[in-house]
Amino acid sequence: MTGKPVIVEIKNLYKSYRRGDQILPVLTDISLDIDEAEFLALMGPSGSGKTTLLNLIAGIDKADRGVIRVGGVEITTLSENELALWRASNVGFIFQFYNLIPVLTAFENVELPLLITGLPKGERRAHAEMALGVVNLTDRMDHRPGQLSGGQQQRVAIARAIVTDPSILVADEPTGDLDRVSAIEVLQLMERLVHELGKTIIMVTHDPRAAQMAHMIKHLDKGVLNARLQADF
Amino acid sequence: MHVFRLIFKNSFRHKLRTFLTILGVSIAILAFGLLRTVISAWYAGVEASSASRLVTRNAISLIFPLPLSYKEKIRQIEGVKSVSYGTWFGGIYIDEKNFFANYAMEPEHYLAIYPELIIPPDQRTAFYRDRKSAVAGRKLADRYGWKIGDTVTLRGTIFPGNWEFIIRGIYQGRDQNVDETAFFFHWEYLNETMKKTAPGRADQVGWYMVEVRNPNLTADVSVRIDKMFKNSLAETLTETEKAFNLSFISMSEAIIIAIQLVSYVIILIIMVVVANTMAMTARERIGEYAVFKTLGFGGIHVAGLIFGESLFITMIGASIGILLTFPAARIFAQQLSAYFPIFNVEHETIYIDIVAACLIGVSAAVFPTWRAVRIRIADGLRRIG
Repeated sequence: MTGKPVIVEIKNLYKSYRRGDQILPVLTDISLDIDEAEFLALMGPSGSGKTTLLNLIAGIDKADRGVIRVGGVEITTLSENELALWRASNVGFIFQFYNLIPVLTAFENVELPLLITGLPKGERRAHAEMALGVVNLTDRMDHRPGQLSGGQQQRVAIARAIVTDPSILVADEPTGDLDRVSAIEVLQLMERLVHELGKTIIMVTHDPRAAQMAHMIKHLDKGVLNARLQADF
Repeated sequence: MHVFRLIFKNSFRHKLRTFLTILGVSIAILAFGLLRTVISAWYAGVEASSASRLVTRNAISLIFPLPLSYKEKIRQIEGVKSVSYGTWFGGIYIDEKNFFANYAMEPEHYLAIYPELIIPPDQRTAFYRDRKSAVAGRKLADRYGWKIGDTVTLRGTIFPGNWEFIIRGIYQGRDQNVDETAFFFHWEYLNETMKKTAPGRADQVGWYMVEVRNPNLTADVSVRIDKMFKNSLAETLTETEKAFNLSFISMSEAIIIAIQLVSYVIILIIMVVVANTMAMTARERIGEYAVFKTLGFGGIHVAGLIFGESLFITMIGASIGILLTFPAARIFAQQLSAYFPIFNVEHETIYIDIVAACLIGVSAAVFPTWRAVRIRIADGLRRIG
């Protein structure tokens, strides 16, 4: 623990999937606290439940049992619609394959989450330009994803993730599709978001070098969590 | 950026697929519009019917005549304003393929009963004066290049021989629903010839046109006319002009039903085609919809995107189809004027086109939307990459 307030609080979380007649446990009795402005890496072999845990924290999947509180809100009790609204203002998403909308420009992709906030056009533009400024891509705002490199696309995705000023960012293999140089750039950018903007980042990764950038690494194995604190934190 | 812009951009992601779908919708709406116009053309005579006109014919069948002597008796019935009569001539102009309606009629009262036939006063006077004259509709005259003063010869079928007529008048319809392809001449000319060649067929008419003083009186007057000639040698059947015209249409009702069915089948087929396009689109973008939902967009937003795209594509196709319907209908009207003297694209047809297009757009989007809205975000995201 860092002594900062806890932003994500997970207690006795269980999650399983049904495959035919079989019930496959994915997460078993997970309890975890994540502090504000923490950079947490979740590691583990394939099928260990990393992405499932990330999805549960981000409110895009439902737990079987247990409690998840994010910023004091018990999201495990929220309905689908309430979760959608909650996600829109509290969580930013960074995906392995960027998941940008190919027909929209970088600016339009970043502006996308603001469309449901009810902000006027001028304010939306200001927010989107600011977010693109943070990732240093203002000069590429009129480019479509296909006209950008992988690293640039991921930076656009990060700008989209922070444009609503969420308290936590969840990243699922954010460097998994990038070359080494781009991956370092993206990780450094994420680190800046933690240090300069006070964002909490939870990152799932297979890459030990990416995990090295985090303050804390948690290992999941067969749905069970083991912690390891980074030496340099 | 506006959501409509996203819908627009999404619509043209697969340009060839979108183009082919739009083309399909355009052709379907064009075909649907033309078939609806054919049906309307079939009913054009009924639509043009007057509520204050009755037709009295032989109760056995229209092919049996009625005595001329009935005219005065009908005229004296209470509620009757005017009576005229006519006989189907069925003459052929040069060749059988040149079909048009031609009949003998008593001119003065007939034209008074049909005020929708507009004939210039000088031509009307010339027609009244000359027993061997005839009046042709504007479209008919245009079709054969007839002018005032031209002599037209019809070969009689019901009334044998070659019959010469001088065109003294060309009428125009008061509105679009009036048939401008008819040809009529003096019944007296026919009757005088019959007296000489076939006296047994003289002084007989095919039908009486009866104008009543008030449309509310049509039922009473009909009953009175038929009652008057009950148990006579030629019993009558009197009905409204609309019912009379409908009786012709009922003969070809099966064809009309078949055309209607075909028009609905066309809509059904294109509905399936657009549904297929939208299903492919939604399947390809299921990951994107998951991203939208991840970002906080609700099911209603995703539904809006899919419905919007589906409606956008169908409405473009429908607009092109509707625009093409008018020139296509003109060509159709020119080619088939002998069968469909009135072939106008009605406002109602356009409204039905638009409703059909909306129905196609909405129906095609239902299943893809259902899938996109129902899919769990985690499952949707798994489809990417």
